[in-house]
Amino acid sequence: MSFESFADFLAMGKHGLYVWTSYGISLAVLALNVALPILARRRYLQDEARRLRRESKP
Amino acid sequence: MNWTWFHKLGSPKWFYDISGRWLPWLSLAAALLIGVGTVWGLAFAPPDYQQGNSFRIIYIHVPAAILAQSCYVMLAVAGVVGLVWKMKLADVALQCAAPIGAWMTFVALLTGAVWGKPTWGAWWVWDARLTAMLILLFLYFGVIALGQSISNRDSAAKACAVLAIVGVINIPIIKYSVDWWNTLHQPATFKITEKPAMPAEMWVPLLIMVLGFYCFFAVSLLLRMRLEVLKRESRASWVKAEVERSL
Amino acid sequence: MSNVFTQLLSREARLLFRRPAELLNPLVFFAIVVALFPLAVGPESKLLETLSPGLVWVAALLAVLLSLDGLFRSDFEDGSLEQWVLSPHPLPLLVLAKVLAHWLFSGLALVLLAPLLALMLGLPARCLPVLLLSLLLGTPILSLLGAVGAALTVGLKRGGLLLALLILPLYIPVLILGSGALQAALQGLPAVGQLLWLASLTALAVTLTPFAIAAGLTISVGE
Repeated sequence: MSFESFADFLAMGKHGLYVWTSYGISLAVLALNVALPILARRRYLQDEARRLRRESKP
Repeated sequence: MNWTWFHKLGSPKWFYDISGRWLPWLSLAAALLIGVGTVWGLAFAPPDYQQGNSFRIIYIHVPAAILAQSCYVMLAVAGVVGLVWKMKLADVALQCAAPIGAWMTFVALLTGAVWGKPTWGAWWVWDARLTAMLILLFLYFGVIALGQSISNRDSAAKACAVLAIVGVINIPIIKYSVDWWNTLHQPATFKITEKPAMPAEMWVPLLIMVLGFYCFFAVSLLLRMRLEVLKRESRASWVKAEVERSL
Repeated sequence: MSNVFTQLLSREARLLFRRPAELLNPLVFFAIVVALFPLAVGPESKLLETLSPGLVWVAALLAVLLSLDGLFRSDFEDGSLEQWVLSPHPLPLLVLAKVLAHWLFSGLALVLLAPLLALMLGLPARCLPVLLLSLLLGTPILSLLGAVGAALTVGLKRGGLLLALLILPLYIPVLILGSGALQAALQGLPAVGQLLWLASLTALAVTLTPFAIAAGLTISVGE
């Protein structure tokens, strides 16, 4: 551990703002790149299921 | 050498099954590696003697930049495979990987700019690496825009493949010319990643992060490709079975 | 083989001279863009002199890009491109003739107009040989690379903006080397290095891009 306390860890020696914004935005982008395909897949599967049901109805 | 696996890749169903089996393991690896790397890099790696704690941005900046560059090479490789062996899956891979590469380039540029503020005192400096990354972002935009503006799916994939191959031949030329331009205009700028031999406790988390980013790339790419394969094969019976199974 | 090449070349020349506007418009555009810069940054001659290498090169690059938008358009619309793709002659060779003709009439005119505009921007006359040489070596690369983009976008309704988006990033090495050569000449340094680099890039472009252009045309025609 290279920090004395938790407050020290958050402050990052006066560079806290820069470090935390870049980590925050980057991890958000990573999460977005996984979440979007999963959501799109769910929506597509629901649409397809509805289409199949409609078509199978006499 | 046995090439059956390569030709099996041409079958969408085979790809869908095998990628479904790999996906949980890859996701686990990506989450673990990125988690461990982030905590190690943020809390346990020693601060840089010159830049203090702002250097911790390296643990996302460098992996994102490496991924962004190798992703473009992957686009070109997929393009060659698609053009030479007419493999539909390579077309899918090309078009699904381009947005991820653009996002990674964006992350690398953004973290570079944020890192630049405490080190250089300015958000943007026309440093050779940053400028080359900016050009790479434009190249990604070109591939994405071309793919979206051609309505025929097969021609779009082929056109993107040609553009990606032309781009990948150009990348080394762009890189060297930008380096050369930079040394001409701005002598002796402070380079972000040039350090007198990093100690192990600094580069091990970096290595872990790079591996984690590659795993993340594989996960995101497979997710997108699986959806695209489902859409393209929507008439096939195995897709209908998959749709019914998933509900 | 070379017979087809020369025939194609003369056909292109005849077609271009029937529509002189297509030849003149990029030149007028070039002149207007160069005239815009002093209006934007002020008429101070010292500043203009230091900026002139970059200004001339950026304006030339945009003018070439503009002229390329319609490179394959009319051939695509009247069906001659399909004949080219089907013809027994190698498509890369035909394409090379087409781009060469385009460069001979629009690129070369641009090169000849450039010294005049550069002098108006205050570039010293001793730099003119380097300007001419760098443009002479650089504009063929611009035409060839731009033709790749034009081939890929020829079938699209509004390809012009897309063409710029695809091609401008690829133009960066030429811009850096060309304006770098001129900058070196302006500072009294030897510019041979940059000119040799430009020459090798031209050789590379002449050898490789015809294949990419041919592939792009095949895709666009097949759509």
